[in-house]
Amino acid sequence: MDKATEWRTSDPVIAGSALHVMRCGDGAPVLILHHDIGTLDRTPFYDALSRQFDVVVPHHPGHGRSERPEWMRSVRDMAVVYRWLLGTLGLERVSLVGLGFGGWIAAEMATMAPSLLDRLVLVGPMGIKPPEGYILDQALYNHLEYTRAGFHDQAAYDRVFGEEPPTDLVVEWEICREMNFRVAWKPYMYSQTLPHLLGSVTAPSLVVWGDDDRVVPQSATGPWLENLPDATLEIVENAGHYVDLEQPDALARLATGFLVG
Amino acid sequence: MHLMYFTEQPMSTYPAQEGLDFGATALMFSNRYFDPVSGSRLYNEYIEEYKLAESVGIDGIMLNEHHNAPFCMQAKANIFAAILAAVTEKMKIVLLGNPLPLAENPVRLAEELAMIDMISRGRLVSGFVRGGGQEQLAAGVNPAFNRERFEEAHDLIVAAWTREGPFRFEGTHYQHRVVNPWALPLQKPYPRVWVPGVISRETIVWAARHRYPYIALNTSIESTRNIWKIYDEEAERCGYTAGPENRGYLQQCHVAETEEKAIENARQFRWMQGEFTGLAHPSWASPAGYSSPNNRRAFVEFSVGRRENPRGITTFEEQVEQGRIICGTPKTVIPRIRRVLEETRPSIYAVWGNDGTVSHADSLSCIRLLGEEVFPAIREIGEELGLHSPFEVDAPVSLAYSPETDREQVRQRA
Repeated sequence: MDKATEWRTSDPVIAGSALHVMRCGDGAPVLILHHDIGTLDRTPFYDALSRQFDVVVPHHPGHGRSERPEWMRSVRDMAVVYRWLLGTLGLERVSLVGLGFGGWIAAEMATMAPSLLDRLVLVGPMGIKPPEGYILDQALYNHLEYTRAGFHDQAAYDRVFGEEPPTDLVVEWEICREMNFRVAWKPYMYSQTLPHLLGSVTAPSLVVWGDDDRVVPQSATGPWLENLPDATLEIVENAGHYVDLEQPDALARLATGFLVG
Repeated sequence: MHLMYFTEQPMSTYPAQEGLDFGATALMFSNRYFDPVSGSRLYNEYIEEYKLAESVGIDGIMLNEHHNAPFCMQAKANIFAAILAAVTEKMKIVLLGNPLPLAENPVRLAEELAMIDMISRGRLVSGFVRGGGQEQLAAGVNPAFNRERFEEAHDLIVAAWTREGPFRFEGTHYQHRVVNPWALPLQKPYPRVWVPGVISRETIVWAARHRYPYIALNTSIESTRNIWKIYDEEAERCGYTAGPENRGYLQQCHVAETEEKAIENARQFRWMQGEFTGLAHPSWASPAGYSSPNNRRAFVEFSVGRRENPRGITTFEEQVEQGRIICGTPKTVIPRIRRVLEETRPSIYAVWGNDGTVSHADSLSCIRLLGEEVFPAIREIGEELGLHSPFEVDAPVSLAYSPETDREQVRQRA
């Protein structure tokens, strides 16, 4: 097996709860923060990045194989937990890649310790109220409808999750959903204070959006670009919200190019 | 026995076909189909029906509330409770109940309930519920903290009623600088609390731990017995023996002058497309975190269309067969009710008499027959079976206010 794709796992206890962490590759450290529907153990996007970087992919608190911290109440709490995790792993200065919901966490982390951030990649990030439209509310859709809405091409969904995703996976989505509600119920999936804090982020940022994102309206690119001091925008064609799952090669090229920049 | 009358207060003039076409009759089924003109007429008809219930000797009116749906027009149970406090004289006003997690300020709820208790001269029974799944979405309240909020709001309300103010309350979901309501219940230590439910084991156990009567809502005889088994076991663990005074049952039962009329009207119990509370969108009915983790898989499968509603869905005929719907003339319904009472032994028995498009005249007729012919016979059966209500045996309001002997047992077991 290709050395670059040998993933190892650990479960350090952070703030009282075990966090499941997947890690692979050598090079500059990159923390990837996954979507609000948890994450598959392996994805072509993770593998691609691990060929050039020391890639760390934790399961969010309360998602997947990470324990649910009963006390946790906000996405900012999650960001602090991840700062703590980086300290535990001995990774002081990293780049962050945030996917959707994970983009919100990454942005919160960036505002907390701007000098410890190498580069910031946000892919269809939640976390800011879009000036037009709303972030698709999973409370109003069943799990299949919600995850399907994140794909431009339904055939891509079928490839990733199967035409009829197994019930075990749907139950996992439900558990993620419960955790999402615990930290981001109201206002739903955004912070009213984050835009005011983004000015502290001095690292270069790349904001990526799928051209057919039906989960986070593209209008949200406006406030991200206005508030991040050094941000550029890239649109990926033929992609919905889950750009990493639908166009992994295109996103990996963009991210890698930017991270080595 | 304590014999009550209940109706969901159906918004019977909504266009049913529109609901079917939309695929749901709750939460996001548009209120452009709500007609305030018929709403006004219906509310006033319901008041008239409740007043008749009192005049024919029915012991209590059971009230509830729901939101964003035609199956129940009451958006705030306390409003009808306040009206009944003023327009009736004797009957109990039984709220089953206020959905506690929906309250952002439970102290205000404590004040409203205290006012109702005083205005009614101590006739309030203050039941509490978690609220349906879609209610959480309608109110914008986090379903993941539903049970925590339910328990904490209850504790705060009981404290507001029983602790001398002012005091401070620092909870997980509720924080109050000053709790000092200048409205306190007339009934001491506080109005009786009854807890209705359908499926959640946690709620049954919680009710038993407080020694609050549990009211099984239209469950099958078998499910009702399972509920009592769970309740009774928990009661024993808490140092008391549960009896009929801890048990209530809500029965769909329509009575008419003829069998044919009764059957025709009883079919209206399935008027919301055969569902208990209307045609539900499964995800709205069970938002993540709302149901017990034990039922998670079942509700997930239901949510994505891989199984039927875990709460159960049955036809009219099956409901009649299971004794969940009873209909007929007084002569034919009495033995059927006797069977339910014999099999499940509740002392609190609520009749959900009229639903859907049953006319005002037929509703009044049903209430008259219940009060004048059916309930007197049921009272005798209750006596014969030893089904004595919490009022008759002066049961303690809660475990904390139980006789010293019971509390001593609890301490010893602890």
